[in-house]
Amino acid sequence: MIQLAVENLGLHFGGVTALRGITLDVNQGEILAIIGPNGAGKTSLLNCVSGLYRPSEGRLSFDGQDITHLPPYKRARLGIARTFQNIELFRGMTVLDNLMLGRHVHLQSSLLIGGIYFGFAQKEEIEHRRAVEDIIDFLEIEKIRKRVVGTLPYGYQKRVELGRALAWEPRILLLDEPMAGMNIEEKEDMARFILDINEEREVTVVLIEHDMGVVMDISDRVAVLDFGQKIGEGTPDEVRANPQVIRAYLGEANGVGLASFGGSK
Amino acid sequence: MIECGVFKRTYEEDMAFRHTALARWRIYLLLLAVVVFPFVASEYYVGIANLIGIAIIGALGLNILTGFTGQISVGQGAFLGVGAYTSAILAIRLGLPFWLALPGAGLVTALVGSVFGIPSLRLKGLYLVIATLAGQVIIEWTIGHWVDLTGGSQGMTNIPSPAIGPLTFASRTSYYYLTYAIVLAATVFASNLFRSKVGRAFVAVRDRDIAAEAMGVHLFRYKILAFAVSSFYVGVAGSLWAHYLNMISPEHFTVGVSIEYLAMIIIGGLGTVSGSIFGAIFMTLLPVILRELTGPLSAMLPITQVFNALREGIFGIVIIVFLIYEPHGLAKIWRNIKDYFRLWPFSY
Ligand SMILES: Nc1ncnc2c1ncn2[C@@H]1O[C@H](COP(=O)(O)OP(=O)(O)O)[C@@H](O)[C@H]1O
Ligand SMILES: [Mg+2]
Repeated sequence: MIQLAVENLGLHFGGVTALRGITLDVNQGEILAIIGPNGAGKTSLLNCVSGLYRPSEGRLSFDGQDITHLPPYKRARLGIARTFQNIELFRGMTVLDNLMLGRHVHLQSSLLIGGIYFGFAQKEEIEHRRAVEDIIDFLEIEKIRKRVVGTLPYGYQKRVELGRALAWEPRILLLDEPMAGMNIEEKEDMARFILDINEEREVTVVLIEHDMGVVMDISDRVAVLDFGQKIGEGTPDEVRANPQVIRAYLGEANGVGLASFGGSK
Repeated sequence: MIECGVFKRTYEEDMAFRHTALARWRIYLLLLAVVVFPFVASEYYVGIANLIGIAIIGALGLNILTGFTGQISVGQGAFLGVGAYTSAILAIRLGLPFWLALPGAGLVTALVGSVFGIPSLRLKGLYLVIATLAGQVIIEWTIGHWVDLTGGSQGMTNIPSPAIGPLTFASRTSYYYLTYAIVLAATVFASNLFRSKVGRAFVAVRDRDIAAEAMGVHLFRYKILAFAVSSFYVGVAGSLWAHYLNMISPEHFTVGVSIEYLAMIIIGGLGTVSGSIFGAIFMTLLPVILRELTGPLSAMLPITQVFNALREGIFGIVIIVFLIYEPHGLAKIWRNIKDYFRLWPFSY
């Protein structure tokens, strides 16, 4: 079943074309990887889906509902959650508060009720704190729950950002390079978390990642972008054999070459 | 008893207002001190305490907007004016009792603040400073020129003291208890706000507005809401000021006042409730202490006059010193002291 449909999406910044004619379906419950060289338009595509960028043409729909013109905060309410390539955590807040903010769309307390606190708001905070603690356990970040996020090492910040997106109880999770800058061990942890999230929580995952080994290992399908266009799509094996994809990657000089296509499979 | 780290068994305990017995006792002691103060202090100091209380409410308001939500405003002075004048007009022209004029002033100021907050959707940082400065100038000008309503540069006099039946709050001591009851309510409300949904969203808007929006925070609504709550506090402070001095005039609400309040929250601690309190105390006492210290000297040297002339300059220097050496303000220094003594004598 198609959950997210991207139809003929185009995005321009002045003279720069970031995306052109992108059509892509994301099926409910799958892990879809988006790969492509730097500047291919992967982040721009996620930004269009979560509403931070307005596409110049084309259409987006989620669960059959047209969301092309929906503002970001309303898309969040539909269950579209994401992380960012350059971590966008609330740096002055604790890990707990970041995760609690992830539940913003589920909380009810108004300004007055919150200010009075005792009664409804307190009950609500405790109830949602439980949900957040589950995620803290799951991501194994118990020890840092009271730490201010800005002071944490990079790997933990990535994990907290994933936690914040999970706290949302999303239907689809958009991950922009969740493993960038991590060592092998951290990458393995992250891959395990993503698989668990997908299987146990039944969350659709769209994943941008450069590490081909990881991509080939965990994704059900792969879409390839180059210069703002989709040049290939299919199962990892199909994509690996796609001549156009091979050409694009051979033309690339930055090391994300064909060699890493063999990956750790 | 020595506390050796803090452990909690339930989320209720973990989320309690003050975690340790020591902290609870500190609160009780503080409350007791506030209640007892007028019995041990002279009228003069009770009067200063009243000014501090009013400043605390105003600083809490500004801190909610600037410290917690990250929207810098230099319209504080004008918003205090809106509160003070609204309250005075409601009390004198419409004959409303203080008990209606005070919330009325809060609500009207909240409305005015929200309107002047609209540019915040598009403007950030310095640009927002300029926009709120424009708000300050417009409001100041209106207060000065709408003579029929505000008395123009003459200001308004004979603003009635609050009263319940025959009981009036005209003396400094009675006004003290009234003020600090409101300070208590304002402090508790603000503290609660920031451990629940709306307050957390304010801080998220400050830290990363894009991420907040992607996570379901309606930026426009929350920014306007921050302006509204903040201005409500400031309006209440303005009202308390008007009914305390019984007279107001435009020079009480200039951009200089806005700067003083910004200094208050920066020195006290941006984005903390206790910082607003420390800052209000510090900034109100600073001139008083300078005056006392220089009292004997001022017969020979014109230090007090010089201070008044240099007031803004001195505040500016103090702000810069704090920004460089303790950007988290007095609240952070206080936290360090507490942490030191929590584990005392094993603190190292
Ligand atoms: N906000 C923006 N303003 C101008 N150009 C942008 C903006 N965002 C992305 N681009 C351009 O769009 C293209 C795709 O960028 P991006 O989506 O970040 O690529 P990727 O994530 O695949 O590395 C690049 O040429 C980039 O310069
Ligand atoms: Mg990118």
